[in-house]
Amino acid sequence: MLINVLIVVILIIGAFFTLVGSVGLLKLKSPMARLHAPTKASTLGVGSLLLASMIDAFAHREPSLHEVLVMAFLFVTAPISANFIAKVHIHRRSNVDALPPLPEGTEWATLDAPPDQKIEPSEGLR
Amino acid sequence: MTRHIFKRLLPHPMLTLLLVVVWCLLNNTIGPGAIVFGAILGLVIPAVTAPYWPDRPSVPQPWGMLVYIFIVLWDIIVANVVVARIILFKSNADMKSAWVRIPLDLRKPEAITILAGTITLTPGTVSADLSSDGTELLVHALHAPDPDAVRDEIKSRYERRLKELFE
Amino acid sequence: MIDIALYIAFGAIGLAQVLAMVRLILGPEIGDRILALDTMVINAIALIVLVGFYWGTQVYFESAIIIAMLGFVSTVALARFVLRGDIIE
Repeated sequence: MLINVLIVVILIIGAFFTLVGSVGLLKLKSPMARLHAPTKASTLGVGSLLLASMIDAFAHREPSLHEVLVMAFLFVTAPISANFIAKVHIHRRSNVDALPPLPEGTEWATLDAPPDQKIEPSEGLR
Repeated sequence: MTRHIFKRLLPHPMLTLLLVVVWCLLNNTIGPGAIVFGAILGLVIPAVTAPYWPDRPSVPQPWGMLVYIFIVLWDIIVANVVVARIILFKSNADMKSAWVRIPLDLRKPEAITILAGTITLTPGTVSADLSSDGTELLVHALHAPDPDAVRDEIKSRYERRLKELFE
Repeated sequence: MIDIALYIAFGAIGLAQVLAMVRLILGPEIGDRILALDTMVINAIALIVLVGFYWGTQVYFESAIIIAMLGFVSTVALARFVLRGDIIE
């Protein structure tokens, strides 16, 4: 009985955080700010849902652990995709006017390319 | 000599262990069959892929790494609640997003990767870019009235621990 | 009791999926669209996990893992295409 209450609480927490991630994606105004909401809220949300499913399997069905695999995979890949999307924003100068300056001779890696290899952000992609 | 053979057979011991565990989890059983087949995969895959991966990355003390993982997991939970409050109850006009520049003391690529991943997973901050000489990290903070405080917290809470673990 | 919580979770994640789709259509930047697709993949994983939970079977986990992997690879491929104009150099 107590374990059911625990499962319900974790399920609701997971659904809530997944929803908050998407609400943030829709509500926030600048592209970089939008990056914050889904990459994290969703990972914790899906993590909680998987945890609830695992507890339920141990309590009511045959024990199962492979939810851990999905969880670990999501937690490892979320920062990498977030980093790639941030690089896209920097490359397309979406929010970049205020990038902090660096000491002379270095440049942020995404903007730093030899002049002949520089790829300008194309206007065609939308 | 024995050390040489050992290195030839098991170029990446942690990868072998990881493959056995992942195979058991995929099968969802911990029986002799799964462990033996996982061990075969764990021996063959590192041996076949070893030429593409010549250096063995140094593995820091497992115990310290475990403590670090639990600290980060706790921070993820706490900070998620904070960010959910910001998203739901703060108007867009009140939000003070800021770019933060973090000078790095870490030099090993593995340590910098773990630091950047930690910064992204703890909500409120996303690591966006590295300077071209790899000594500065660019971080975007969702709501930071005081960017210097964000920088100091990251440096004292995560980077100091990683420096102890890796160097 | 768990059934009711599952219905609430289905509703919340379905709504989250719709919100992400609105962002996918609105844009305005290409980075926003990639991010919206990534969010939709994560929400789809959540829905698959919930279906497996609701029907009490384990068969859906393989599909959850495969969608997680495909979603990650497609996000990285899209971002790389925008960054470099090419995926494999």
